[in-house]
Amino acid sequence: MKKVMKYVLADILRNRIVLLYTALLLVVSCSVFGLEDNADKGMLSLLNLTLIIVPMMCIIFTTIYQYNSAEFIELLVSQPLRRRHIWLSLFAGLAAALSIAFLVGVGLPVILFQPSLTGLTMVLCGVALSVIFVAIALLASARTRDKARGIGKAILLWLFWSLLWDALVLFFLFQLSDYPLEKPMVLVSFLNPIDLARILILLRMDVSALMGYSGAVFREFFGTGTGILVSALALMAWVAVPLWLSTRAFRKKDL
Amino acid sequence: MQSAFARRSIFLFCCFGALISMLHTSLIQAATLEARPGGKSIKTCIDQARAGDTLLIHAGHYHEGNINLNKRLYLRGIGWPVLDGDKKYEIISVHADSVHIEGLRIINSGYSSLNDIAGIRLYGSKGSTIRNNQFDNNCFGVYSEYGRSCLIEGNRFRAYGKEEILSGNGIHCWKSDDMRIIGNDIQGQRDGIYFEFVTNSIIWRNNSHGNIRYGLHFMFSHHDAYISNIFSRNGAGVAVMFTHGIRMFNNFFEWNWGDAAYGLLLKEISDSYIEGNYFSHNTTGLHMEGSSRIQILRNVFERNGFALRIQGSCEDDSLLHNDFVGNTFDVATNSSVSRNFFSENYWDKYEGYDLKHDGIGDVPYHPVSLFSTVVENNPPAMMLFRSFMVTLLDKTEKVLPSITPAGLKDDSPMMKRNVRPPNIKHESG
Amino acid sequence: MNPANSHKPEPTRLQGNSISPNFYPSTMIEAKNLNKRFGKLQALRNLSFRFSKGECIALIGPNGCGKTTLIKTILGMVVPDSGHILFDGKDIQGQFAYRAQIGYMPQTGRYPEAATIAQVIKMMKDLRGKDARLDESLIHSFQLETLGNKRTGTLSGGTRQKLSAALAFLFSPDVLILDEPTAGLDPVSSEVLKQKILEEKEKGRLILITSHILSELDELVTEVVFMQEGELRFHAPMAQLQEQTGELRLSKVIARIMQQQTSQPPVAR
Repeated sequence: MKKVMKYVLADILRNRIVLLYTALLLVVSCSVFGLEDNADKGMLSLLNLTLIIVPMMCIIFTTIYQYNSAEFIELLVSQPLRRRHIWLSLFAGLAAALSIAFLVGVGLPVILFQPSLTGLTMVLCGVALSVIFVAIALLASARTRDKARGIGKAILLWLFWSLLWDALVLFFLFQLSDYPLEKPMVLVSFLNPIDLARILILLRMDVSALMGYSGAVFREFFGTGTGILVSALALMAWVAVPLWLSTRAFRKKDL
Repeated sequence: MQSAFARRSIFLFCCFGALISMLHTSLIQAATLEARPGGKSIKTCIDQARAGDTLLIHAGHYHEGNINLNKRLYLRGIGWPVLDGDKKYEIISVHADSVHIEGLRIINSGYSSLNDIAGIRLYGSKGSTIRNNQFDNNCFGVYSEYGRSCLIEGNRFRAYGKEEILSGNGIHCWKSDDMRIIGNDIQGQRDGIYFEFVTNSIIWRNNSHGNIRYGLHFMFSHHDAYISNIFSRNGAGVAVMFTHGIRMFNNFFEWNWGDAAYGLLLKEISDSYIEGNYFSHNTTGLHMEGSSRIQILRNVFERNGFALRIQGSCEDDSLLHNDFVGNTFDVATNSSVSRNFFSENYWDKYEGYDLKHDGIGDVPYHPVSLFSTVVENNPPAMMLFRSFMVTLLDKTEKVLPSITPAGLKDDSPMMKRNVRPPNIKHESG
Repeated sequence: MNPANSHKPEPTRLQGNSISPNFYPSTMIEAKNLNKRFGKLQALRNLSFRFSKGECIALIGPNGCGKTTLIKTILGMVVPDSGHILFDGKDIQGQFAYRAQIGYMPQTGRYPEAATIAQVIKMMKDLRGKDARLDESLIHSFQLETLGNKRTGTLSGGTRQKLSAALAFLFSPDVLILDEPTAGLDPVSSEVLKQKILEEKEKGRLILITSHILSELDELVTEVVFMQEGELRFHAPMAQLQEQTGELRLSKVIARIMQQQTSQPPVAR
């Protein structure tokens, strides 16, 4: 399995798009810290980059890569290799490549310009989101034969998690505003990986604003060791569940 | 010529001083009494003393119950004598004017749900001084009722209560006038400093921190000033209510975290000044309701959840030359109209431009964000803050204001900070 | 194979039961009642056959008749809805190790675009492991070493076919599956490949070739499998077909059979 992963990783790292993505992240991060006299505002721009651009890039790149390397995958499948291993290698290669791109593009500038707990949280959450959206993209592409439909699905999934879900949550918050919703909201935040990552970063970044009652509920939960452990597990589940489902789909998939 | 004049002045002064001291000793003949463990008790000394005498209290642990100080005495502890109330008594009750109490360590006052039991209580005392004492584990520290022109200076208060109703205030003044509260350090009380019906008084250079409720609690107290104090990490911050004519200068309001915690809470205040203060790391920096004709000038609001919450009941307040930096929300309001005046403040979220190069932005700044209004109505929505959707909504609202009050704006936002941030860090996060 | 199953079209046996199970002393691949459906399209319809070592089997039929699906099913790339494939006597379902004995040359081989020919060959060797018996003769005869630094993304169709062929033969597999092997090859290379196939056949390998035009491979073919609409229409030795139809060239043979069938459809229809 290591061998397959090695070749997948080598293939992706040779791909110009990943290099461009890394360069883009690096340029944005450096200019954000260079232009803003206020490091906090720089972090805010990076937060948007991490929560919006990174998932989009990961889900779309993974989907396109997946379809473009259909023949390569066929070649691998015709070899004496386990399908599960091929699939997990693809995942590992993509996740590693995109995480490395994020670490170089955002992690490095953050460590140089803003070596704080907030910065560390953001880098970790960005890596987690990269891996999660690779897994989600693999699920979408394993389930869809057609390339155009697959890419369409990927874009819709990204739009759903980054925009529509929050709109729905806000809508229901107002519909149900007569009820105490603070605790259910903790649960709801686990259902969207972007929200979960965002809240973990917010708890460092906007800590004063989150000291209000509803914020306190979140802080009481996410601020404790148990809360951090549970959030980390939830993020892992966001990798594991799509990956498991996609592996199942791929094992039965006709190529 | 100059030196000749000086020499003559010194000579005259010395003669005058000698005359005064001779008069003093011959007419009053003040004595010095000494209390010590195994020797005379404090109570005995007070009984034997005459007004104007000095009472030196030597180091030791005194369990004398309630000490009634009914004469004009000068009490001075030597080597921090401990006066222990054994959790039963009010330790010193002052029923005289011009008393001076210094250098004592006053511990373990009683506690009662009916009376406010204090370490030192002034009963209508005038011109007394309570200076450089240590108060430890008392219900109330210093309690003044009907006090006048008293000085409470340089004392240290420590209490360990966990609940509001089981603890008392550090310095409690009620129906007093012309009080000076200076340089005290208060921690763990219910309210650090409590003023009710106190007029013409000053609170200066105190450090009131980690108290259960308010660092400073201020009600029906007019024409007072509090200057250069530090209020940090108090349960609910500082509250100033039902008052007019207050001057609040150069104070620090910091680290007050909680749903009902404010750097400074103003309620029914009028004709006051808030100038040169530093609000940082509070859930809400400055909360105003029912406040009118307040001048809020050259304050710094830094890294608060809400820098300023201004309710619809406020009017004719002016916010000029303040700096808003790194706050989650700059201004929140529950009203759709604004009757207050914002000008020449610095807002770090301002994205306008200054083509005229006069240091003032050419387009107005609307400090109320849509989402802060949403959060006012629906607090759990805070969890969606900084999400893509909320950012989009906020940007839309900035272009086409619909919910946020259009009149609440700063027409002359500054391009650079007005106030140099304080470079002395007395406490770090 | 079951005569009682008369409502299902039987593969046409051109001469009684001359192909009995005993005829195959060394069955390599056996299929039993394969069915596969892609949506509305029935790609494989109750397909059964046995392929033995030493044979060179031409798998022919019109476009979309299920040839490629059949090959992919043997390779485990397509999972049949029902039925089984036995490879060397063992069911391949959920297996992967048997593919070490197969060399597969796809219709259009595509490789990681940024990788060079040398890197792809190295990768394949690496993936197969150390104990594979290497046969680099095609690499030499196609002169692929001289193109070692070329990226596969920039290759012409013919060069790509050469690479695919070289890779299929590289590990001296017992079974060779060649999907349209000569398409896009120049006559010289085509001849080289033909010689190689012949050589391997002599060694007793099973060779499965799909094509619609087989003229240049006629002399290699020992058995013909003809598929149409997912069904196996007939499966017979080449010599027998030539004898029956009186034609030598495979294309003519097929044409003649088609004519016969249209005039005289199978009993089941």
